[in-house]
This record gives sequence, structure tokens and C-alpha cells, in this order.
Amino acid sequence: MGFYVAQLLTGLANASSLFLIACGLSIIFGVTRIVNFAHGSFYMVGAYLAYSIVALFPGSILGFWGGVIAAALIVGLLGLIVEMTILRRIYHAPELFQLVATFGVVLIIQDMTQAVWGAEDKLGPRAPGLDSALRIMGEPIPEYDLALILIGPAVLAGIWLVFHRTRWGVLVRAATQDREMVGALGVNQAWLFSAAFVLGAALAGLGGAIQIPREAVSLQMDLSVIGDAFVVVVIGGMGSVSGAFVAAVLISVLNAFAVLVFPQISIVLPFVVMAVVLIVRPYGLFGKEGSGHGAPTEPEQPLRLLSSRATLVLMALVFALAASPVMVSDFASILLVDVMVATLFAVSLHFMMGLGGMVSFGHAAYFGVGAYGAAMAVSYLGLSMIPAMIVGPLAAAAAALFFGWFCVRLSGVYLAMLTLAAAQILWGVTFQSQEFTGGDDGILGIWPASWASSDQAYFYVAFALCIGGIWFLRRVAHSPFGYGLRGIRDSDVRAEAIGMDVKFHQWMGFALAGTMAGVAGVVFVFSKGSVFPDVLGIAQSVDGLIMVLLGGIHALAGPILGAGVFVLIEDWVSRLDYWRFIFGMIILGVVLLAPDGVAGGVDRLLRALGLRREGQA
Amino acid sequence: MNVLEVRGLTKRFGGLVAVDDVSFDLGKGEFLALIGPNGAGKTTCFNMVNGYLRPDRGEVRLNGQDLIGVRPRKIVRMGVGRTFQITRTFLSMTVIENIQMALISHHRRMFDMLSRATRLYRDEAEALLRLVSMEDQAGRACSELAYGDLKRLELAVALAPDPTLLLMDEPTAGMAPSERVALMELTAKIVADRGVSVLFTEHDMDVVFAHAHRILVLNRGGLIAEGTGEEIRGNPLVQEVYLGGGTVFGESEADHA
Repeated sequence: MGFYVAQLLTGLANASSLFLIACGLSIIFGVTRIVNFAHGSFYMVGAYLAYSIVALFPGSILGFWGGVIAAALIVGLLGLIVEMTILRRIYHAPELFQLVATFGVVLIIQDMTQAVWGAEDKLGPRAPGLDSALRIMGEPIPEYDLALILIGPAVLAGIWLVFHRTRWGVLVRAATQDREMVGALGVNQAWLFSAAFVLGAALAGLGGAIQIPREAVSLQMDLSVIGDAFVVVVIGGMGSVSGAFVAAVLISVLNAFAVLVFPQISIVLPFVVMAVVLIVRPYGLFGKEGSGHGAPTEPEQPLRLLSSRATLVLMALVFALAASPVMVSDFASILLVDVMVATLFAVSLHFMMGLGGMVSFGHAAYFGVGAYGAAMAVSYLGLSMIPAMIVGPLAAAAAALFFGWFCVRLSGVYLAMLTLAAAQILWGVTFQSQEFTGGDDGILGIWPASWASSDQAYFYVAFALCIGGIWFLRRVAHSPFGYGLRGIRDSDVRAEAIGMDVKFHQWMGFALAGTMAGVAGVVFVFSKGSVFPDVLGIAQSVDGLIMVLLGGIHALAGPILGAGVFVLIEDWVSRLDYWRFIFGMIILGVVLLAPDGVAGGVDRLLRALGLRREGQA
Repeated sequence: MNVLEVRGLTKRFGGLVAVDDVSFDLGKGEFLALIGPNGAGKTTCFNMVNGYLRPDRGEVRLNGQDLIGVRPRKIVRMGVGRTFQITRTFLSMTVIENIQMALISHHRRMFDMLSRATRLYRDEAEALLRLVSMEDQAGRACSELAYGDLKRLELAVALAPDPTLLLMDEPTAGMAPSERVALMELTAKIVADRGVSVLFTEHDMDVVFAHAHRILVLNRGGLIAEGTGEEIRGNPLVQEVYLGGGTVFGESEADHA
């Protein structure tokens, strides 16, 4: 009995820190409608700052708690800088821009943190005065855990008071329900947004700061916490603080007990809970359907076929690509294979996101399942390259059909979150199934058949699959099926009124996009010879989003340009020190300066040169 | 035979009876208006006929087939076209592509992945555009159209699958007065030429009295009158509902006196 009580208390202590991060994220989303990837970075910086400040006053109780609070306040200030310099400029941009911009902030903060504190993990001090353990029902419980259990509800009560007893709090709640209405009533939205962002950032900093006696401070804290924080926010309902508290307790306590039965479940459990909650309650436990007032979006222009001159240019480029292995070095042709793989991946993501209006934060899942499917077919079934290349996309199709069925029941940011959950579940399963997937060690020695083993020969295999796949997806985009997806994106009510089966159509679109991502994964695995769990990870999914965004979401050619530019920049930048910082700056530059992406920029250039008529897209 | 038969249609929302025991018929080629003050239950009635709401009680039959419990998209396939109070079109497509989409869906080609959508059913779509006099706007992006043109486009889209029944929810809402008359004249002409039956709701009485063959009046969920324009105009109950409770007030004054 005592053992179970101890587990319960550990769960509740974990819930406090998770709640602090998640409620900040929830407040920011509620008011600004921004899904803030950089929230994990605020948490990490809070932990590092607290570590440094507390170290100045060793053994002092006042020094410890003062340091924790000072760290939270400094992170709040950091939040203000990020909000005023970056986010304030893109509140009216599409959600995807905001998401990718915050990911740029993640990269920049990561490198800046490394520059200040170094790459080694830091071990924080124990909290003075709370450094021993109490015996409760015979089990030792750290005193600090008990303090944490009190901090969570105390912060919840504080936020409740602010939101219900102050004018500012009432405005925040009003903006969460309908920010356009709040603007129409004459409230200065810019300051309201800044203040909400600062509060949210400070809460994340506090969440990080109070963790220092419990876990090592490391550079991996940011992305490892953000997944769980998203889950908590979504389960509680976007914008609901008390929902975030209930969800944090639910997840942490469930986790504390689930690990007793099935020790490996902790990576997957939050995402499974989230998937179940979203299917039963599509807006989370305490969430309501938001007001329809999002950022105003410019209507997209109709699709047009390429002019005959543009077709000739395109054909010439494809022929040049086909002839390239003869002309360039082996190294360059390996790089070109990377470009083609990335391009097919980006085009498949754009197919479901740009045409279908279904934003995916977890498209890497199907890329990864394709890669693992092929790799496992080789290493366990002993298949040769060609059959394995068929098994991979079939596995991706099966995964996309399974998870897609759930995802298409939701829309908007909730759909995106469920795709993220699906990807994290697949990642967790891959990571932990050591005996089948090799776990963290991956699967090695997946090489092409002997006839395709030279770099040149494999280039043509990749060329056939990737260029073929891209051509097929473009063809589908112009077909009734692709038009149907766009129609549903434009108006699902009209789509139903002309007799379309909306959900089934979206489900098939999701599955097709997943299958083609699987094809990209298969080409990838045979070109690298190995596969590791990070091909299914958040970073890989975000890479895809960045490619689509770099290229511009409104043009069919966008993802092609975006992927090319992305791989070339990555190849160049990743050899430099502090490449994350440079890459983050490039992302922010594109988002702030060229919001229609590279394709938009090229389009403007062509128009300026008179190569393209007005009105063509 | 009647195209649409509605019998004893009833819907409750909590304690409120939104539609109470409504019955009516709609004949072939008939232009039938459903009017009533705000909150009378017109839209609820509509949504039960087109399958978006399931009635608590009652029957709806289209050409003798039962419609209760049938999904909206299946009802569309059975020959019911509809237009919306606020236009719903595919804004990222051109005018003619919007009609082609309706034709593609009608011919069950939606899962075709290899044909070019813009080349399918082009002639039929052009014919429909001529019907609503929009042939010169075929290639324009839908997002650039004036509101009145969007309404006409929606009419053409609704007619694409050659429906036997057209449901129009406030077809002239949000339009300028001169455009209202033009749209309803066009609709009346199409009804006469093609033998389509139309059920529409409307707030503009000029439109209703000028074109409807027959009028149903709803108030507080119940059908209070039915007849031609002349009959409805002369009906004292309708006058009372529309012109306010002065008489009711007067009566109660008299009772107290």
C-alpha cells in the first residue's frame, strides 16, 4: 500500500513541473493562437539560469528560491524580446509560418545556450532545507517532491485569481474566446499579446528552474519536454489553464502506475492518452471550439497548367538532372539523391497540407515506416532490394491508413496535434522494440542490389522512384481526386452538398501522402545503408514543414524549390560551428522577409523579367 | 404524384418545440415558399428535409422514397440540389471548375487520379453557365466574383446533377434589391423550363409574392396558413403575426375592461 502511495506522490510531483510548462503554452495559444515550439527552449533556459544563479548562493534557502524566481523573471524578459522582435510581425501570417518561426527560435536558443553554458550536462544542487526524505507509510519520499506537489496547485490558484479578479485577466479570457471581438472593443491587442506571452514564458522558465534539484540540466531538455507539453495542452483543451492542470495530473499519475506494469510505456503513454481523448472529445477535456476568427487568409488562385515555355524549361532541368552523374563528382550525385528524397518527402507533405488543408506535424512517421519496412524486409525476410522497395511503401500505406482514419475526424490544430501523437507513438515503439528494430542502434547494412551498388547506378534508381513519385503527385493534384481535396479544404459544406464523402476522401488523401512519403523513405534507407529512430522524429517532421514553407505553400512548385534549397543550405551550414544558430536565422529571415517563400520570390523575379504573364500561379 | 411529401414533422431542442407537426406537399414544377418571422422554425424544417437534422417524429418522402435517416450526401444523389444562405463555393477554383466539380461528383469520377479535372464535362458545364448567363465569366477565379454572381453560380452548381427538387435557403439574402428580383426571375424561368420543383425560405415579401406559386407560413414551429399570394395577403392570422401583437394587446385590454 505504502509503495502505491509513494508512486502516486511521485506522479503528482512530476505533474507540477509539467503543469507549469503546459499552462504557459496554453495561455499563449489561447490568446495569440500561436503553437509555440520555443516553449521548451524557455523551459531549458529557465533551468540553466536557475543553475547559475543558485550556484552564487550555496546552501542558502533564500538564495535557492530567489534564484528560481529570478530565473523565471529573466525568461519572461526573453519571451518579451522574442515576442516583440519576431512574433509581433507574423500574427497575421498563416499558422504554419508562426510554427516554423518558433522552431527557428528553438534552433537559435539551442546554440546560444551551448555557447554560454557548454555542451556538458549540469547537475544542480539539492534544495537547501528540503534535501532529505520523509517516511510516509514506510516509503521514503523526498521532501522536495512534497514541495513540488504544493507548488502546482498554488500556481493554479494564483493564475485563477489573476484571470478572475483582475481586468487584465478578464481580457485574456475574453481574447481566448474571441480575440477579434476584444479588438473591436478597443483593447490594445499588441500589449495584451505581449503580456500573455511574457506570462507564458515566465511560467515555462519557472517549470525549468524548479526541476534543477531533480534532473540534470542538458541541451536536450527543450525538445524532450515540448512533446509532453503539447499533449497536456491538447488533452486539457487549448487555452484552458485548469484543463492543463487536470491533464498534467492525469498523465503523470497514469504514467507513475503504468510503468509498474509495463516499464517501457512511458514514451508512448501520453500520446496514446491524447489520441483517445481527442477521439472522444475533439476539443480536449475542457476546450471549446474556438471562434472562427483566425488570421485572415488570402484566397488561393486557381491551379493552372504550365505554359509551354515553362514546360520546356522544366523538361530541360529534368534532363540535366538525369545526365548529371556523368558530369559531376560522385559526392555531388550522392547529394543530389538526398535532394530528390527530400523533394519527394516535401511534395507528399505539401499534397496533404497545401492541397488537402490537413497540416501534419508528424509526416516523418510515414517516411520512417517506409524506411524501416524496407530495412526489416531485408534483414528479417531476406528480401532483395526490389521486393523490399515494395514492402516499405506498403507498410507506410498501412500506417497512414490506420492513423489517418483517426486524424481526419479532427481539423485544424487538433488534427496537426494528432498527427504528432501518431508519429511519437511510432517513434516510441521503434525506439523500444530493441529485438525487432535494433532500438537506438538502428538497422545497419541495408545496401542496394549489386547491379545498383555504384553511386551512379543508385542515382538512377532514386531518380526513377523520386521523380516518378513527384510526377505522379502533380498529376493527381490536377485530377478530380486532387481537386476534390482542394474543394474540401475550401468548403467542406459545399463538398458534401455536391455529394462527396468528405471524410473518406480526406482519409484516402492522407493515405496517399503517407504512401509517397514511404517511397521517399525507401530510397533514403538504401542510399544511407542504415536507418535509426530519428527518421521518425519531430525534427524530421519539422524539416518537411520548413521545406514546404521555404518553397511557399500556395504553389505546386513550392515544395520542389524548398526541398532543394533546404538540402543545399543544410549541407553547407551543417559543416560550420553554430550551424543551428545560422539555420534558425535563415528560417526567421525567410518568414519575416519573404512570406510567400522561394517560389513566390522566383515568381516575382520572373514577372519582373517579363517571362511570366500576370495572373499565372 | 407529389415530389415531396412531409407529414407530421416534429423537432424538439430541449424544452423548445422548434418544429411542431408540420405537413405539406410539393408538386412537380411547383415553386413553394416557406415564410415566417425569425425563429419560426424555417431553417430547422429545411435541415430535416435535406438530412442534416433527424426529426423526432414525422415522415419526409421524395418521389415516394423515405428520406428519414438518409445521409445528406445520399439525399443529394437522390436528386436534391441545394443553395445556402451564405454562399458556399470552392474559392480557389474558377467559375467553370466549380460546376465541373459538381458534375464529376454526380458522375462518380471523384476518385479518378489520372484524368485532368479541368477537361471533364466541360461542355455540360458551359451549358449550365449559359443557363445562368455567366458564360463570359467561366475562367475567372471564384474569389473575385461579386456576391450576386456567386449566388447565380451556386444555382448553376445546384442544377448540375439535374435534380428533381431544389432547396434554397434564403436565396436572396445579402443581395441588392434589383439583383434579388433578377435572381428570382431567373430561378422562376428555370423552374418553368426544366420542371424542377423548388422549396425556398425568404424574408423579402416582394420576392415571395411575385414568384411563389404557393406559400406556407410558419409561426413558433407550427404551420398557420397555406395558400396562394392573394389568400395569404388576406389571412388575418398572418397579418397579426407579421404586423405585430397590437390586436392581441387590444383584446387583452378589452378583457380587463
